[in-house]
Amino acid sequence: MAGGGSNEVKLLGFWPSPYVLRARLALSLKGISYEYIEEDLESKSELLLTSNPVQKAVPVLIHDGKPVCESSIILQYIDEILAGVGPSLLPEDPHDRAMARFWASYINEKLVKALNQTWGGKTEEEKAEGMKQAADAVETLEGALKDCSKGKPFFGGESIGYVDIMLGGLLAWADVREVVKGVKTFDPAKTPLLAMWSDNFGTLDAVKAVMPNIGKLVDYAMVMQPHGAAAAAAAAAAAVAATN
Amino acid sequence: MYAQSWSSDRALDQLAQHHLDLPAMDHQQEEKVQLLGMWASPYVYKVKWALSIKGVEYEYVEEDLRNKSSQLLEHNPVHKKVPVLVYNGKPVAESDVIIEFIEDAWKGHGGRILPEDPHERAMARFWVRFVPDKLSPRIWKWFTTAGGEEQDAAREASVEQLQVLEEKLTLGGNEFFGGDSVGLVDLSLGALAYVIPMYEEIIGERLVTEDMFPSLYAWMGRFLAAPPVKDHLPPMEELKLRFRAMREYFVKNSA
Repeated sequence: MAGGGSNEVKLLGFWPSPYVLRARLALSLKGISYEYIEEDLESKSELLLTSNPVQKAVPVLIHDGKPVCESSIILQYIDEILAGVGPSLLPEDPHDRAMARFWASYINEKLVKALNQTWGGKTEEEKAEGMKQAADAVETLEGALKDCSKGKPFFGGESIGYVDIMLGGLLAWADVREVVKGVKTFDPAKTPLLAMWSDNFGTLDAVKAVMPNIGKLVDYAMVMQPHGAAAAAAAAAAAVAATN
Repeated sequence: MYAQSWSSDRALDQLAQHHLDLPAMDHQQEEKVQLLGMWASPYVYKVKWALSIKGVEYEYVEEDLRNKSSQLLEHNPVHKKVPVLVYNGKPVAESDVIIEFIEDAWKGHGGRILPEDPHERAMARFWVRFVPDKLSPRIWKWFTTAGGEEQDAAREASVEQLQVLEEKLTLGGNEFFGGDSVGLVDLSLGALAYVIPMYEEIIGERLVTEDMFPSLYAWMGRFLAAPPVKDHLPPMEELKLRFRAMREYFVKNSA
């Protein structure tokens, strides 16, 4: 339609953010075209501040001028109204939907928090505690994958679903963690299903199209690390916890 | 409503089709619904109110959280917490997840919990997060800080967040955050309607006054009197004792 007003989709983002990556993965997998706008989080745009005044954080999806905030909410919105191609991100059966929501919540509450702590913990003890909790969470998710996938490659079964994207958004930083800290988040020796899952996920064209450059992300992480715990925490907070 | 939001008929068709595709659960066959809960948990009440909106009959099971039942541990092995809703033997845990399940499973029954419009639904889900992310921690901090400057700061921080809600409610111009009736956001905030007055009484200091928060103050009374809520409230005197004991503990253990 002329004028660019109807059904126009914009995404306000910040390239290191795993939450922004979740939104980009969903849009890419669904084949939805949109305008991507990179935000400078140190100098936030008027559009960002008016679209998300409560959190002033990314990602923000703007559809037909109306903002949607929080990656989990954006994913559900995309599924409900943008649809696009392919099967739904959320299953049809109410109980299966509840399980997907449960695991998405678990990923945010347990795994993301723990991983943030491994980067931004104020002491070595805090970071180590984060590492342990992250490992425990990944182990639990291995069981979740087994239950949800029922032998298929993804949490969503044959195709990528809501939980796959919620977890998949974290893969870029998992790669960075391996390079910088020598720790495999999805270790084939400990969690073979998840290791295979991350490979399967990573090879999809729609995923490769939006994954940030790992070398660039490593540089970003390294630039922040040597300046001490406070700066690392601030960087981790900005990049990794811009919004859930 | 859709005519305002959508200029594309194709998008409207897709939306309608998606909603038609979601299978309505067959409630005509015998269904067994159990709610595992604990009398003082606000999350349990949130679920009770949601079940009430939908008119669902269920069996309530009181759990002793110091001595968790094998049923609870079996149905929520990950968190071992209440509430857990068990629908025909299948468990659902986490109150926000349970409420979305209740909306999905009893689609077409009773009242709506989530808005019909997808964007409004996204906004409602966003405001649900406001409670644990921004509001509750600050109110809790105010309640558990002994006094002095630290408590004043906690109170100010709480007031700041409450003002956000006051503005939202005033601008909305409705009886409830959900419109004419209790909705998802009301359910998420709901426990504060009885908790805040209790904290105020225990501390001896007001937080939400009619002067400062005319809309929110009125909403609190309206919420507690609303049909899905009024017969499903915790035993207030027992709860007050419990909160008093908590406050004493925190005051004693501070500084």
